[in-house]
Amino acid sequence: MWEFLVSAVINGLMSGAIYVLVALGLTLIYGVLHIINFAHGSLLMLGMYAAFFAWSMLGISPYVTLPFACLGGFVLGYLLYRGVIGRFSAGKDENILLITLGLAIIIENLSLFFFASDTRTISMPGGDDIIIIGWLMISVPKLISFVAALVLCAGLSLYISRSDLGKAIRAVAKERQGARVVGINVERIYAISYGLGIACLGAAACLLMTSFYVSPAVGHAFVLVAFTTVVLGGMGSFVGALVGGLIIGVAESVSGAFLGEQLGQIAIPLIFVLILLFRPTGLFRGSQ
Amino acid sequence: MNTEVTPARRGILVLALIAAVMGYPFVFTSNYAIELGMLVLLGAFLGQAWNVAGGFAGQFSFGHAAFFGTGAYCSAILVSTYGVNPWLAFALAAVSGAVVGGIVGALSFRFGLRGSYFALITLAFAEILRVLADSVPITRGGLGILISADPGWKNLQFESSTGVYYFAAVLCAISLLIAYWLKTSRFGARLAAIRENEAAASALGVNVFWQKVHCLVLSGAMSAVGGAFYVQKYLFIDPYLAYNINRSVEMLLISMIGGAGTIFGPFVGALAIGLIGEGTRALSTAPGLSLVVYGLILILIIGFLPQGLIGLTSKLRRKGASNAS
Amino acid sequence: MNKRDIQSSRVPVTDSRRRRTLLGVAGAAATGTLGFPGLMLAQPAPVRLGLIHSITGPTAYNGQHCRAGALMAIEDVNANGGIKALGGAKLEPVLGDSQSRVEVGVSEVERMQQQGIHAYQGCYNSAVVIAASQAAARYGTPFVVDVGVSDLIVNRGLKNVFRLSPGFGSCVKDGIATLDAIGKSSGRPAKSAVLVHESSEFGASTTKLIQAQLPGIGIEVKDVIAHDTPTRSFDNVVMKIRSLSPDLVMHTGYVNEYLLLARALHRFRADVTAYSILGGGFGAKLVREAPEASAYMLDFNHWYNPKDARVAPLRKRTEDLKMDFIFEVYCAYNAVMLLTDALERAGTVDNEAVVASLASSTWSDHFLPYGPTKFVNGQNQGGAAVGLQVLDGEIKVVAPSAYAEAEAVFPRPKRG
Repeated sequence: MWEFLVSAVINGLMSGAIYVLVALGLTLIYGVLHIINFAHGSLLMLGMYAAFFAWSMLGISPYVTLPFACLGGFVLGYLLYRGVIGRFSAGKDENILLITLGLAIIIENLSLFFFASDTRTISMPGGDDIIIIGWLMISVPKLISFVAALVLCAGLSLYISRSDLGKAIRAVAKERQGARVVGINVERIYAISYGLGIACLGAAACLLMTSFYVSPAVGHAFVLVAFTTVVLGGMGSFVGALVGGLIIGVAESVSGAFLGEQLGQIAIPLIFVLILLFRPTGLFRGSQ
Repeated sequence: MNTEVTPARRGILVLALIAAVMGYPFVFTSNYAIELGMLVLLGAFLGQAWNVAGGFAGQFSFGHAAFFGTGAYCSAILVSTYGVNPWLAFALAAVSGAVVGGIVGALSFRFGLRGSYFALITLAFAEILRVLADSVPITRGGLGILISADPGWKNLQFESSTGVYYFAAVLCAISLLIAYWLKTSRFGARLAAIRENEAAASALGVNVFWQKVHCLVLSGAMSAVGGAFYVQKYLFIDPYLAYNINRSVEMLLISMIGGAGTIFGPFVGALAIGLIGEGTRALSTAPGLSLVVYGLILILIIGFLPQGLIGLTSKLRRKGASNAS
Repeated sequence: MNKRDIQSSRVPVTDSRRRRTLLGVAGAAATGTLGFPGLMLAQPAPVRLGLIHSITGPTAYNGQHCRAGALMAIEDVNANGGIKALGGAKLEPVLGDSQSRVEVGVSEVERMQQQGIHAYQGCYNSAVVIAASQAAARYGTPFVVDVGVSDLIVNRGLKNVFRLSPGFGSCVKDGIATLDAIGKSSGRPAKSAVLVHESSEFGASTTKLIQAQLPGIGIEVKDVIAHDTPTRSFDNVVMKIRSLSPDLVMHTGYVNEYLLLARALHRFRADVTAYSILGGGFGAKLVREAPEASAYMLDFNHWYNPKDARVAPLRKRTEDLKMDFIFEVYCAYNAVMLLTDALERAGTVDNEAVVASLASSTWSDHFLPYGPTKFVNGQNQGGAAVGLQVLDGEIKVVAPSAYAEAEAVFPRPKRG
């Protein structure tokens, strides 16, 4: 019985790691731009297609594609902000929400047109490898994603806290007008931050592709979880995204194991509601 | 040229609108066109339901499907499982929406949620309801509920396309009256104050919490009525149809595109979305491409007409006025 | 015709979008019969078949395959001289996209009705089928359901609805009987099972039936696990299954989840035999994308008759279109043939006559493992699914013996 619980917890940590990866970008974007990026799921999907085609047409493993996906994601995010979001929103929050929604519709349906609707998977060598520790079985690709989530989180945190660019980003996040006054190009920082957020998605996409499938609608499966993670962890906090994602993964897994998978799905929106009601700033206040 | 909209002018416009809506089925006689018109009217009604909370009170919700779906299920369960008279079920559906609206409002506002946080929590509520609807026996879970077809007004089922069209027109008219009431009543004025500046409104003596809850109660009831109507029209409901996020997004889009916080905004928005939808489907038959155009238009409208399409008329008026002077 | 054409409705046929007028006033006049007496050597008016499937939306993959099957059948019928009883009238497809949504499906019916459709075929999504066929019933237009799994579709007292493929109830009954037979003939019948299903209509109702009938063949149901569509991970489900150690796992789900569970079972070396009834994800794609995970999986599902000579060429045509030869394709193909037969016997396109002709149909020139058609309350009683297993990287029919290509390997060999 307790073995089952331990398994559920470990599985939860593994799936939680994926949520962390998806949420990292979202929390960065919210922390700096104060917008909820509705296009997050569809951008994740684009990244996954990139990883898929790299594999199916060029034979490149997703792990190798990863740095390119990050770079590509950054460029795409930057351009999207500069060209669409920043330009059309006139700075109003509701507008940005709707613009990102519009982007999501466009991206998803363009993908439907170009890639067709069937799901694609990667069957890479080592994709089904597992580590066996006694009665415990852990999937290797998922373990790699777990480690990657930790590394990425730490890396991003360090970069934002140590680098000059990071300082500028934090300044803008904290006090936009003040940052402008001291000469920071706020719009440029916004675009860079959005780009960074999408770069994180590129990493998440490649890692996810090692054990999941892609189709134009795949983003839907992750969007609400990502939001929940961000809110739980604290908007704008990377450590929060890490802890939040893992908690949610474990909660989902354990409640699924004991309440039944179907009712267990209620854990996520329920956590979401409870956090919003009782501690909307989340566990870690982050760059509020 | 005098571009002011006098009460007389406004009255004429309203009369013209009523005539157009009433006369539409006589000009466009195919069932297909009439049902499209019905969908526009239903869209306008649901958009107005969202508008009550989102536009007039500034409480932006991303989960109005929660109320729509509850109304749909309430009506479906009462009619098909308990044999309740469909008209009574229809009325009770409104009550169910009001109750859920009240609960969501009370919880969210009690804890001070606003803006994006409020939007997200409504999203979560809709999702919770969807999972519940999928899991509990009374909704027959994933199987959905089928209402036996028995056309006739006494069953609140529609024998003809014109019948359902006019029913939707009546609902739409009621929603416009409600919007008018909000625009001109003290309650509406209080909501507007809350929308503009909650702290100031509170300082002025408005009981912010209760006003917001009341407005969600109204909004919820209206959405639920829309849901009950949907069930009586299509005779089938399941958790996805009731509570999926696209339902919420549609209600929001209609109001935002037309002009949130205005009386005719949702109507204009529903019309625009209907025309755009039909237009893009006519232009291109590639899978998904029409929806792409739709998303593009959305972005352009937001970018250039943030007041919504209604804002276009005031922009033109101002232009006309400045040209004249 | 190629795959892009099917997706974009750009086949050389009349597209309801191009034909209709935006206002629909004049459109009503464009019915099927060109009754102008002065036109000599006129082609007999085509029989207009409205095809409504989910070409976009979450089930676009399946809808597109249905459409492809129907279009190939129409091509063949026309190449063979059309409907002879109607003077060689050609079948003319009128394409519709339900976008996997109820309102749009119904709207398509109204749109096509205004153009004078003689019959409908569709729609893949049960909810859309239910609503669209209801709408068609108002006009009495025959509605042939090619794929649509819910049993709520039939038995509604709608005279115009005809479903060719067998419903849940009979598939489950036969599937359980087949499981019993396979178990007995292997000498090692299963004693316990865990049922996994997706939570909506399709999964829930199938599983309820399965759960009720398994004890009847001596199989204990150890657990029933419901999951959402989409589900992100089946690791826990597999852990649970392993802890229960059943002989069988029976999964009813859609394509993606079916694949994920199969891979998870394989990855975690679960020594269970997978036997599904109406598996939903079982098929060539699964075998192609997860060859190791899918080995020895058993499914009781809709299939073609492997002994019919028409199968191989049709499969090749489908694969040339870069599409998968799944049951959506050949079910839709045969549905068109069913309608063709009914038209031949009716000798007219009049709604009532065609409906009556379908109702009295005893058509057997199909390449499905069915007996002759016999419709009761809209459900074809002659339909049946068959037992399938993935053997040596291919799907083979293993039951009933009349159609079997190989013997079932049961239970599956232990995973190394």
